[in-house]
Amino acid sequence: MTTIITNKSVSGATADQTAKKAVYETKQLNLWYGSNHALKNIDLEIMENEVTAIIGPSGCGKSTYIKTLNRMVELVTSVKTSGEILYRGRNIFDQDYGVEELRTRVGMVFQKPNPFPKSIYDNVAYGPRIHGIKNKKILDEIVEKSLRGAAIWDEVKDRLNENAYSISGGQQQRICIARALAIEPDVILMDEPTSALDPISTLKVEELVQELKKDYSIIIVTHNMQQAARISDKTAFFLNGEVVEFDHTDTIFSNPSDKRTEDYISGRFG
Amino acid sequence: MRYIEQQTVVKRMNGRLIANAIFKYIFLAATLLALLALVILLFRIVSQGAGNLSIDFLTNFASRFPDQAGIKAALIGSLWLMMVVAPTSIILGVGSAIYLEEYAKQNRITSFIRMNISNLAGVPSVVFGLLGLTIFVRAMALGNSILAAGFTMSLLILPVIIVASQEAIRAVPGELRDASYGMGATKWQTIVNIILPAAIPGILTGSILALSRAIGETAPLIVIGVPVIIQFLPAGVMDTFTALPMQIYDWSSRPQPEFQAVAAAGIIVLMAVLLFMNSIAVIIRNKFDKRY
Repeated sequence: MTTIITNKSVSGATADQTAKKAVYETKQLNLWYGSNHALKNIDLEIMENEVTAIIGPSGCGKSTYIKTLNRMVELVTSVKTSGEILYRGRNIFDQDYGVEELRTRVGMVFQKPNPFPKSIYDNVAYGPRIHGIKNKKILDEIVEKSLRGAAIWDEVKDRLNENAYSISGGQQQRICIARALAIEPDVILMDEPTSALDPISTLKVEELVQELKKDYSIIIVTHNMQQAARISDKTAFFLNGEVVEFDHTDTIFSNPSDKRTEDYISGRFG
Repeated sequence: MRYIEQQTVVKRMNGRLIANAIFKYIFLAATLLALLALVILLFRIVSQGAGNLSIDFLTNFASRFPDQAGIKAALIGSLWLMMVVAPTSIILGVGSAIYLEEYAKQNRITSFIRMNISNLAGVPSVVFGLLGLTIFVRAMALGNSILAAGFTMSLLILPVIIVASQEAIRAVPGELRDASYGMGATKWQTIVNIILPAAIPGILTGSILALSRAIGETAPLIVIGVPVIIQFLPAGVMDTFTALPMQIYDWSSRPQPEFQAVAAAGIIVLMAVLLFMNSIAVIIRNKFDKRY
C-alpha cells in the first residue's frame, strides 16, 4: 500500500512538456448496454498532466466512456466491451487486472456531490482507511493535505468532525474532490462535476482543476462548452457513441475540422 | 382562443374546495376510529388486569388458584425464546438480503426467489408450526425445546426480516456505492462501511416488528407441543419451556372468571415487553439516523 502513496511524487515531477507520456490509450473500444451500441470504435490517447475535456450532447456516450476508464460501467449489468484501454501500458480489461487496483490509481468525482453520511474527516480518510492505513497521525496528515489540495482546508479545518452534509453543495463537491485526492491517484476522472453547483462554486472547482493538473491527469466530462474551453488542454467531441473530433482545445473551438463539431460548439444543435 | 375560461374556473372552485374539506375529515375519521379501538382495548385490559399485577405475579409459577398464579416461567421462557430467535433470524435474514441485493445477479431465478420470499411472509403461522414439528422437533429430534421453538419462530419471521432489509438496502443511494467502489473499495468494504450503516435504521425497524410478531405468536408453539404449566425455569436451550402467549391463551380459556383478570395481567406484561423492545429499537435507530 505504501508504494501507491509514494508513486505520486514521481509522476508529479515529470511535468516537463517534452517528457509527457500517455496515461490512457484507448484502442478500438466498443461497448454495448444489452443490444444498445453505446460506444463505437473509440480511439483516444490521453496525456499526463493535462486536462482532457469530453463534450457532446446528452446520450452521446461521454459519461459511459469516462466510467469505462475505471470500469465503474461494469456496475451496470449486461455491459459488454471489445477493444482495449491501456492504462500506463497495461490493458485494464485483462483478466488479472483487479478493478480495486485500477480504482486506487484512478480517482473519480461524480456529477452530484456524494459525500458519505459521515464526518468531513471520515469522508476524506475513507480511501486511505480501506487501503489499510490505520495510523492516526498519518491519516491526519493525509486529510489535511487532501483538503488543502482541494482548496477547502481553510473553510472546514475547524469543523472536521461535523457531518459532511452540514456544508454547502459546492463545499461538498470539493470534499469529494479531497476524498478522491486522499488515495493519491494518478488520474482524476470528473463526470460533470459542476452541473449541480452554483456559478461561484463552479468557478472555484474550475480554478481547482487548473491547480490539480500540475500533479494529476484530469479527464472531465462537461455539458458546458465554455467550461471545456476555459479549463481543458484537449477536447474530444462525442456524438452518437463516436469520437467526431479530438484535438487541442484551441483548435476545436476556433478551427474545427468537422462540420458537426462546428455545429455543436456554435450551438446549432445539442 | 383560450382553453381555460375564468368564469368556469370560478364556478367549479366551490365544488373543489368542498371535496378538499370532505376528504380531510374522512381521513381524520379513519385515524380516530383506529385510535378509539386501541384505547378501548387498552382500557379494558388495564382495568381488568391491573389489580392482579404485583411482584408476586412476576415471581410466581403458574397455579391452579387464580390468586397465586404467576407468569415467571412464561416471561423467562419468552426471553429465552427471543435469545434464540433474534440472532438466528437477524443474521440469516440480513445475510440473505445482502446477498440478494448486492451479490446476486438480476435474472429470472433471483426474481423468482424474491417473489417467493414475499409470498412466504403471508403464509399462516400454523403452517410454519407444522414445518417446525416435522423438521426440528421430529427429524432433528430437538423435542419441544427452546431451540426447536426458536428455530420455528425464526423461519416464521425470516421472510419479513429479509423483505424489510432488502428495502432498507435498496434505499441506500447508489451514489454512495459509486463513491466507495470508485476509490477501490471491495464489495465487502462497501457493505460494511457504507451500506449497512445507512441501512441499519430500516433493518432494525423491520427486525423489531418481526420479533414483536414472534413474541406474540401462539399457533406454532401449540403445534410443536410447547407445554403450558411449567414449574421450573429452563437451564439451557435444550430444555422445554412455556411462553407468554401460551400462558395467556391457557388462562383465558379457563372457566373461572378470576382467570380472565389473570390473563389480562399477563397481556399487560406482554405489552410491556413489546414496548421495551420497541424503545430499544427507537434508541438504536436514532443513534444511527443522524445522517442527513
